[in-house]
Amino acid sequence: MTSFEVHVTIENKPGISDPEGETILNDLVLKGAYKTVSKIMTAKMLKFTVQEKDQRAAQSLIQEVCDELRIYNPVVSKVSFDVLKA
Amino acid sequence: MKVGVVVFPGSNCDRDMYHVLKDVFKTDTKYYWHEKPLPKNIDAIILPGGFSYGDRLRAGAIAANSPVIKDVQKMADKGIPILGVCNGFQILVESGLLPGVLLKNRSLNFMCRWTNLVVENNKTPFSNQFEIGQKIPIPIANGEGRYYADDETLQKLKKYNQIVFRYVESVNGSSNRIAGVCNEDGNVVGMMPHPERAVEYEINPTDNNASTLIFESMLTKMGVYN
Repeated sequence: MTSFEVHVTIENKPGISDPEGETILNDLVLKGAYKTVSKIMTAKMLKFTVQEKDQRAAQSLIQEVCDELRIYNPVVSKVSFDVLKA
Repeated sequence: MKVGVVVFPGSNCDRDMYHVLKDVFKTDTKYYWHEKPLPKNIDAIILPGGFSYGDRLRAGAIAANSPVIKDVQKMADKGIPILGVCNGFQILVESGLLPGVLLKNRSLNFMCRWTNLVVENNKTPFSNQFEIGQKIPIPIANGEGRYYADDETLQKLKKYNQIVFRYVESVNGSSNRIAGVCNEDGNVVGMMPHPERAVEYEINPTDNNASTLIFESMLTKMGVYN
């Protein structure tokens, strides 16, 4: 078994407003010298450390955890996974 | 006739709710800890407001996996009246007992203020003593109170008359100004505002009658009132 770190990023689905991202964009970034930035979206990331036989098994287990325990709310959020060797 | 107030770690409106049921409406009321099974002879269940598990992950998300929720689900299936207030409403949507989701308020602020509701459905166990269109002055106190449902769900909510209360004015960016919804059968109701903070003259001297009707509706449904 190998130790993997699975990074789970939870972000809003398209069309769900993100007032925190909008505020960072409009009231901080665009007020400075960074006029080429057009969008900022906030997200939450959870880092799971898990022992599994390979990367695929690690991702599949964490995907199951996220779906079964509603780590993200599928009504408004989507998740993506990045698996690294811990 | 017995009403159960479910207590989660971090509930903080449980005692207000208990006081109102016991002392104002003279109802046999008991607290039920979320890890214990609910008895079968319960006539209504209330999930009170607060910050279960400190709102970690998302408001209501961890409490939605508490052991008591399976019993709440069984009682919902039997048609027993269930009311979720504020965090209780968040737990009901996170557990799938009610549609939609509650997001951070559009302002990103915790909002603690009086609002006005308008009654849209007077067939539920918590709204049967109202006229359609009746106004309810009532306080809100939440950070994640912006009700959101996608267009398809909103169409369904309208079709099955599941929108129970709306805000008169947009206060937090909720879809269609929704403040409270019910399930398709109508026996499970969730609302963000706090009726337990509005029924007594001492804290609501201008109009405490409207919020009183929410509890009187429940007692009417339970057969305590005629």
